[in-house]
Amino acid sequence: MPAEIYLNVAVSGLLTGLVYGLMALGLSVIFGVVRIVNFAHGEMMTIAMYLAVALFSAYRLDPLAMLVPIAAVLFALGYVMQRGLINPFINRPEHSQFMLLVAAALIMVNALLIAFGPDARGVQTSYAFASYALGPLIVDATKAYAGLAAVTVAAGLFAFFRYTLIGKAIRACADNYAGALVVGLDVKRLYALTFAIGSACVGACGSMMVLLVDVTPPLGPTYTLLAFVIVITGGLGSMAGALLGGVLIGVTEALGGLLFTPSAKSMFTFAILVVVLLFRPQGLLGKRLT
Amino acid sequence: MTALLEVAHISKSFSGLKALENVSFVVPEGSIIGLIGPNGAGKTTCFNVIAGVTQADAGEVRLAGQRIDGWRPDQVCRAGIGRTFQLVKPFAGLSVMENVVVGALNACASVRAAKVRAGDIIEQLGLAEKRRDVAASLTLPERKRLEVARALATGPRLLMLDEVMAGLRPTETDHMVALFRALNANMGLTILLIEHVMRAVMALSSGLIVLNHGQVIAAGPPAEVTRDPAVLECYLGEEAL
Amino acid sequence: MILLLTDGVPRRVLKLLAGLSLVLLAAPLAASDYLITVLILVLYFAYVGQAWNLMMGFAGQLSLGHALYVGLGAYAAAALYVHFGVGPWLGLWVAMASSAAVGATIGFLAFRFGVGGVYFAILTIAFAEFARIGFDHWGWLGGSAGLFLPVANYARNDILTLRGSPTMFYYVMLTMTAAAFVLCHALLRSRIGYYWLAIRESPDAAQALGIDIFRCKMVAVIISAAMTSLGGVLFAFYYNNLFPEQIFHISRSIELILGPIIGGIGTLAGPIVGAFLLSTLAEGLSEIMRWVGIDLPGIKQVFYGFCLLGVVLFLPDGVWPPLGRWLGLGREEGDRESGEGER
Repeated sequence: MPAEIYLNVAVSGLLTGLVYGLMALGLSVIFGVVRIVNFAHGEMMTIAMYLAVALFSAYRLDPLAMLVPIAAVLFALGYVMQRGLINPFINRPEHSQFMLLVAAALIMVNALLIAFGPDARGVQTSYAFASYALGPLIVDATKAYAGLAAVTVAAGLFAFFRYTLIGKAIRACADNYAGALVVGLDVKRLYALTFAIGSACVGACGSMMVLLVDVTPPLGPTYTLLAFVIVITGGLGSMAGALLGGVLIGVTEALGGLLFTPSAKSMFTFAILVVVLLFRPQGLLGKRLT
Repeated sequence: MTALLEVAHISKSFSGLKALENVSFVVPEGSIIGLIGPNGAGKTTCFNVIAGVTQADAGEVRLAGQRIDGWRPDQVCRAGIGRTFQLVKPFAGLSVMENVVVGALNACASVRAAKVRAGDIIEQLGLAEKRRDVAASLTLPERKRLEVARALATGPRLLMLDEVMAGLRPTETDHMVALFRALNANMGLTILLIEHVMRAVMALSSGLIVLNHGQVIAAGPPAEVTRDPAVLECYLGEEAL
Repeated sequence: MILLLTDGVPRRVLKLLAGLSLVLLAAPLAASDYLITVLILVLYFAYVGQAWNLMMGFAGQLSLGHALYVGLGAYAAAALYVHFGVGPWLGLWVAMASSAAVGATIGFLAFRFGVGGVYFAILTIAFAEFARIGFDHWGWLGGSAGLFLPVANYARNDILTLRGSPTMFYYVMLTMTAAAFVLCHALLRSRIGYYWLAIRESPDAAQALGIDIFRCKMVAVIISAAMTSLGGVLFAFYYNNLFPEQIFHISRSIELILGPIIGGIGTLAGPIVGAFLLSTLAEGLSEIMRWVGIDLPGIKQVFYGFCLLGVVLFLPDGVWPPLGRWLGLGREEGDRESGEGER
């Protein structure tokens, strides 16, 4: 096969990977700070995707234009979830919290099934079939925009955590829970905020993802798993790691799909996960957990 | 007397902090040796190295001549060392009886035999009334006795006790001392104990080892060690007398 | 042997169990065909839940990919039957062996490399997903189009090839569930049972008492996997068709842990109580929906989700412990001869 095809597929994978990375970023932020494994992550993105679909079919509003409102809705959902459901049980054993979110995920997936039915829904924007040519590269417009949006949101998130007061407060909580309490930070509120931010992240992702794939209710668990694989590969608690992991997985998936069968491409993802879990559990960029 | 436990030139550092430095001592068979020293001297680290919980950076540990350094804790137990934890670790959801049976299974071939053995030991430790109570419901002194019972049930040749007298009333302390004396005299059980309650240490030990800042600063019969100026200089612990 | 098993069990409990057994044995005589199929499903979930409970409740390892073993068992036995005419009673040994091997591999990888807690759960999910996609592409086993067992007429009950009426399957499933119950009871009072509980409560203390944690966990995983695979064998011969997409799917894995979690992890009766409770409530819900005239696919799952939520929030130990205490079947009742209460 000519080299251009590999290049195109790789770039395509990279752009998709950026969106994956953003999704994983949300998960990483939540885990890094609140220490909760959000098993409902993919399901929340699915909710965002359906929101985008609904807005598009009702008012023909472009998902990317709706990015901020959709993210806001997920922000609210995340805040309520953390405040109402998780915060009161923050001291329960690990698998208890996990189960909480498993239950939430179960409810979300099936509520979506009831509301929207099992058939795939998609969004056909005006630029759905457009593409840009850059020398030998042919890039889908949808992928280009989605990737760009992902990078923008990620950059915004980086800036938030580095430069704003609240961002620093949140990082303080992550680094040292007791210390944060002593210094007078309202940790529970910050936890809720963090979960909300992670959810908003995933909401934004939904707007982008809906341009790339059609949505069905069972997509949720698939993406939750993908987010986990990326976060673990890239390194828990490392924001750059999440993006790196996303790109890695995106490219691997795309190339794997090209070289073998497209439907088997997720198998590589899992192979990577197993290898990482066994040999480098802290991921590529993560800190070694004691 | 032959040496049951030999600790030779053990060193251990944690992230640059020297917890143990060239620690060597011998626990003769059939003796009761007290390991004393101020807080943070490295006594529990020493226990952990012997028990296999922590791997030493250098040195050897021998039990009855066989090297056991680098062994896993369960292997060390099966070789004949029983130990208690300073912060007691009961099986909270299980009953007292079940707790001790777990230990007894190390020494018995069947669950039935283990239950019998466990029952005897529970009697000896004065926990018979609480045998069916859930471990989580016990008071701290009772939990300490449970800890001892469990370790004893494994049928050890060497019993390592980590501050088991802390928090006990004087009468309870005396009872424990009498029990250990009896076990030592009648069954030849060798005991190595970390202890701050001097009443118990002096009543039991035939020899003392003093640790300070990870180093052995004195070793020998109690009468000698307690007069050693180096030992007197570093804090000897509470005089309960 | 029976004396050994009943030793230490309070008379009240034995009487209750005997009564329950009679009811279950006689059920097909009075029940409608539909009810029998529901009961088969309930018993199936009780059985598989019990197998999962062994790993989670007794060895403390959260497996969210248990559907892997169901699928392996199902495909192993089905493939042998379809391609070689080997009946399920022989096929089940292959099923158990292959599941045990895979379980051992996962366990080994996890325990040797220190993968625990949530990471272990994710590892199990990954393996199940790997199998799902892998089997989808495995032509010899039917691939995504599915594997179909030849269906004979139901008039004759052939237990050797497990072809027959639902009633036959009911008794087979009942026997399996009862056997699982008895097995777990026996295991709990055996040496390894004590070791598992010790490991679950405090691994450090367990090690200090001479327990080889790695070995004990491996045994739990292997037994759990093998037991689960038998459920898969029955699944294959009962439904007569297998699709990787369905049988290995993560929703299957979640489904089968609902019973034990709601009933009570680590208890003997938990998985069974949980399975019956969930099914009863779900059927009730379906009836109400039918009566009201609303048809909502997925409402059962939403309901399960809320049940799970409720249990995790308010009854973290499950429904059985408080229920058991209320019925007076708690651990305080002890047989004086053995000197130990019922766990």
